[in-house]
Amino acid sequence: MIDRSGTPLVELRDMQKSFGGIHAVNHVSIDLYPGEVVGVLGHNGAGKSVLMKMLSGALPRDGGEIYVNGEKATINSPRDARRYNIETIYQTLALADNLDAAANLFLGRELTTPFGLVDDAQMEAETRKIMGRLNPNFRRYSTPVAGLSGGQRQSVAIARAVYFNAKILIMDEPTAALGVEETRMVSELIDELKNQGIGILLIDHDIHQVKELCDRASVMKNGQLVGTVEVDKVTEDDLLGMIILGKNPAVAA
Amino acid sequence: MTDTTETPRAGHGPQDRTGPPGGSPRLTGLRALEVDGRLLGMIGAFVVICLAFHFASDGRFITPRNLFNLTIQTASVAIMATGMVFIIVMRHIDLSVGSVLATCSAVMAMTQTAWLPALGLELGNPLLAPLAIVTGILAGAAIGALHGWLVGYLAIPAFIVTLGGLLVWRNVAWYLTNGQTIGPLDPTFMQLGGIRGTLGETWSWIVGLIAVALAVWTLWSARRDKVEHDFPVKPLWAEGVVAAIVAVLILGFVAVMNAYEIPERVLAREFRARGLEMPEGLSMGYGVPYSVLLVVLVAIGMTVIARRTRFGRYIYATGGNPDAAELSGIDIRMLTVKVFALLGALCAISAVVASARLANHSNDIGTLDELRVIAAAVIGGTALKGGVGTIYGALLGALIMQSLQSGMAMVGVDAPLQNIVVGAVLVLAVLIDIWYRRSLGVK
Repeated sequence: MIDRSGTPLVELRDMQKSFGGIHAVNHVSIDLYPGEVVGVLGHNGAGKSVLMKMLSGALPRDGGEIYVNGEKATINSPRDARRYNIETIYQTLALADNLDAAANLFLGRELTTPFGLVDDAQMEAETRKIMGRLNPNFRRYSTPVAGLSGGQRQSVAIARAVYFNAKILIMDEPTAALGVEETRMVSELIDELKNQGIGILLIDHDIHQVKELCDRASVMKNGQLVGTVEVDKVTEDDLLGMIILGKNPAVAA
Repeated sequence: MTDTTETPRAGHGPQDRTGPPGGSPRLTGLRALEVDGRLLGMIGAFVVICLAFHFASDGRFITPRNLFNLTIQTASVAIMATGMVFIIVMRHIDLSVGSVLATCSAVMAMTQTAWLPALGLELGNPLLAPLAIVTGILAGAAIGALHGWLVGYLAIPAFIVTLGGLLVWRNVAWYLTNGQTIGPLDPTFMQLGGIRGTLGETWSWIVGLIAVALAVWTLWSARRDKVEHDFPVKPLWAEGVVAAIVAVLILGFVAVMNAYEIPERVLAREFRARGLEMPEGLSMGYGVPYSVLLVVLVAIGMTVIARRTRFGRYIYATGGNPDAAELSGIDIRMLTVKVFALLGALCAISAVVASARLANHSNDIGTLDELRVIAAAVIGGTALKGGVGTIYGALLGALIMQSLQSGMAMVGVDAPLQNIVVGAVLVLAVLIDIWYRRSLGVK
């Protein structure tokens, strides 16, 4: 059971974002506790990706406040978000295809030698260490990531988040491009991260997967929050009803 | 060494370096050398071109004199091509380099013949050349930064910005000089053009030996880094072979430059000018030209930037996936300004070499250089879709273009036909590159 008596790890209050008069995110508030996985659900265009991008600093917000560990946070760029240990794994796999795993893992935060030059050997050694833990089958350290499978690429993206001590992890459909076996690998990883007390916001379409991985689910429709429920207390049909009809079940959390 | 600056290499496929840390996989022959297949291909093409022209010209192509001239003719385009690599890697293009070169050349010519002399520094003053060069480089960097700002911050496509720049800077140069040819330039300045300034035999050998020492040290320290982290390394004999090849190439180049002898009448004139009698039977070689030394230094600097600095890493990352770079917190707009400014500064250095070689600034200096520079980068394996390109590739590309051009002139091919051949070779080179990549299974 998740202990929700303390301070939430992150709290989004009254978030707003419009694109040319269309309210992509309309006064939405959600929260996340340590060791919890909260699913963010909704149709395409419901506003879930936009909401997450405001948290990760990729999009400026029009209104609303972000609290991390109960304190108001200033997040205006991806660099700001990283300072609060918020890491994002994007649906489109934010990797540079022409660089190898180590260069991608450390992109923007390269290790350097005393002369200020990038220390590739050190970065590769660190990459080998963390990949050995997350994905022991990973071998291709010296080739551009373009040649890797979807699961291998996803594990590089996850390793990046884990290496830099993510406390809050945003995952945008992390298994959308993966096969069955690779999906299972990512699920196990999510469970492990959860046990370490990391809070995860999981954007997903797959109701079945949400029931399996998430503790709570926040459903959005047309930019508005339909409601937040504990997934164990509702059925898959309840969740579908929220997504499609925007109808709250009787047992909303 | 994570090699991020090129596509996977032949003999360096996914099956290599996959052994457990500490145990190096058993490799034999060429594969153990971990040599870049594309590099070998380009060197092969260069050798074939040289041999073909050598036989077609009755043995006049591979001579110290011609090779010396070839290197000083290549210098100007080669310097700009290293900067063009970064521009193309970032998915941009710069069509204005020839015109920016002209403006920088005009600025430097006016600085040393009109503006500084007006302040009391006469032609021949030792301060004149450095001041003129610094002024030129600042002008070039400022022009480049302006282009970069228009591209990065105002989001105007680089093609349009630099197409405009092609016209603007060609004619800014015209206004700076009132359309006149400015010359002669300062004697110190003109030493950077080629034959007027060389290291001489002794210093060429010294510089050559220093270069060999540096190359060996680089190989050795890369190996030490790998051993320290228990990464697989090449067998020691393979490292030795690579080091030996590099040493032979460097010292061989020095030997060729030294073998080009200063004509006797030129030597006699030098001695007379100093009031000395020329010893009987004296002969002296030119040695490595300063302009070629400049190319080497620029190439080393640019390679270090590409492979070992954050700036370079971000250029390649942005070219590979701009969104990923931006989400990683890289300021792409500022990066664009810096990369264009860097190319602008390199255009100014090229302008020094080009105008010093001609001994004056003329209105048409650098005309069509944009095409030669882009062709050199592309023949050297820089992919127009971004993310891929090497500095040494661009140098070889420039050398191949220039040897085709001079070779055909030497053999007596009609001028129009020369350009037809060069154009066709450019297209063919890109086609071969596409096939090569496909054979490696790279998208």
